[in-house]
Amino acid sequence: MTTPAPPWALLSELTHACPLHCGYCSNPLELTRRSQELSSAQWADVFRQAAGLGVLHTHLSGGEPLLRRDLPDITRAATDAGLYTQLVTSGDGLTAERLDTLVAAGLNSVQLSVQHADPGRSDAIAGRRSFDAKRAAARLVKERGLPLGINVVLHRHNLDAVDDLVQLAVDWRADRIELANTQFYGWGLLNRAALMPTRTQLAGAVEAVDRRRSRLDGTLDITWVVPDYFSGRPKPCMGGWGAVSLTVTPDGTVLPCPAAATLPGLDPPKVTDRPLRWIWEESPAFNAYRGTDWMPAPCRTCERRTEDFGGCRCQAHALTGDATRTDPACSLSPDHAALVALTRPDTSPPLVPRRPTARAVPREVR
Amino acid sequence: MSGDRPWRPRVPPAAVLRRDGARGTDVLLLPERVVVLHGSGRAVLDLCDGHRTVDEIAGLLSAGADETRVRHEVAAFLDRLRTEGCLR
Repeated sequence: MTTPAPPWALLSELTHACPLHCGYCSNPLELTRRSQELSSAQWADVFRQAAGLGVLHTHLSGGEPLLRRDLPDITRAATDAGLYTQLVTSGDGLTAERLDTLVAAGLNSVQLSVQHADPGRSDAIAGRRSFDAKRAAARLVKERGLPLGINVVLHRHNLDAVDDLVQLAVDWRADRIELANTQFYGWGLLNRAALMPTRTQLAGAVEAVDRRRSRLDGTLDITWVVPDYFSGRPKPCMGGWGAVSLTVTPDGTVLPCPAAATLPGLDPPKVTDRPLRWIWEESPAFNAYRGTDWMPAPCRTCERRTEDFGGCRCQAHALTGDATRTDPACSLSPDHAALVALTRPDTSPPLVPRRPTARAVPREVR
Repeated sequence: MSGDRPWRPRVPPAAVLRRDGARGTDVLLLPERVVVLHGSGRAVLDLCDGHRTVDEIAGLLSAGADETRVRHEVAAFLDRLRTEGCLR
């Protein structure tokens, strides 16, 4: 077996706790308790190991990473290890004092989530009054000269606001906006029918993005993440399983992709049990779907197999019960028709706000 | 772009230029982005201080070499990075 190429990026999920209650949340149904979280010293060790392995970037994410009181120590440890850091935050709790301690710790950039361009509707989707805090946070970030990215998860309840969202990014002096059509994992999968956009909405949003891109002349970088349920093309899962990046969850579980905890039998290793290099290079979990040898038909002989890697393993499992099947998002998948049927829900049920556990979720939603 | 004043490229303050020991190369790090620097890419960017023009940077790097070719290559490299939003 040849040694896999080193990873470029580490997603550091510092906590699952979050003040927001977004119905599209892709974190698992059962969240990790705060008492199970890695300490800042353990994170420092993760960052040193990751940098030694070749990781260059880390996203300090969650949940809401600002809920970690030791976030400045964690940030300092990441920058000391040589990693380029990006705080991924809701903005809730990002005061001037807090941000100053993070900048002093070497923080390189900030990515801020927004749920809608309209303050009231953003708060409704987030399940908390948070829009004003986001606007204030954006101003603080720019005042300190840090690059600012806005990220928006798009779905039925905000897809019509794409043009206004780009305007918001311009008004907030963001450097980037990521318009990411929702993917259905974790809690978001429960809400699939409530989140599913219509084809008409999508066409309007694509048109708005194209129009904005042609007018903005490079002053704002717009990333549009295509909705794979509609495109007929599977997304290239993480740029390939165990190829580009790794995720460390709040309790130290190491995953090839943030959703992979749902795969049965994967048995993902923990940084508290094994060296990160062994996990990346040798663990069964990271080798399970690495490369193309594991592929079934029609992927095995497909000319796109090294571009999309057969799509997403977690989605294949969620929709077919078999993680080795071709992602049903692919028009060549034998399961594609069933996925397309899901894009035409009979009804759009109400969005169920995120809670820490799936217990007590109404049965009709599950 | 810059009218009659020549461009004086600058690596933005938010970017990090560093050695990547694991891959044995130099890299330019920006949010969501890594630029792997081959050949004299690092030497060119180290001279992008916002004061020197592209011609001055090429002149400093062409000592003894074919100056026209170096100027052409340096300009093409810097233009590409600016188009991609990595340089100001």
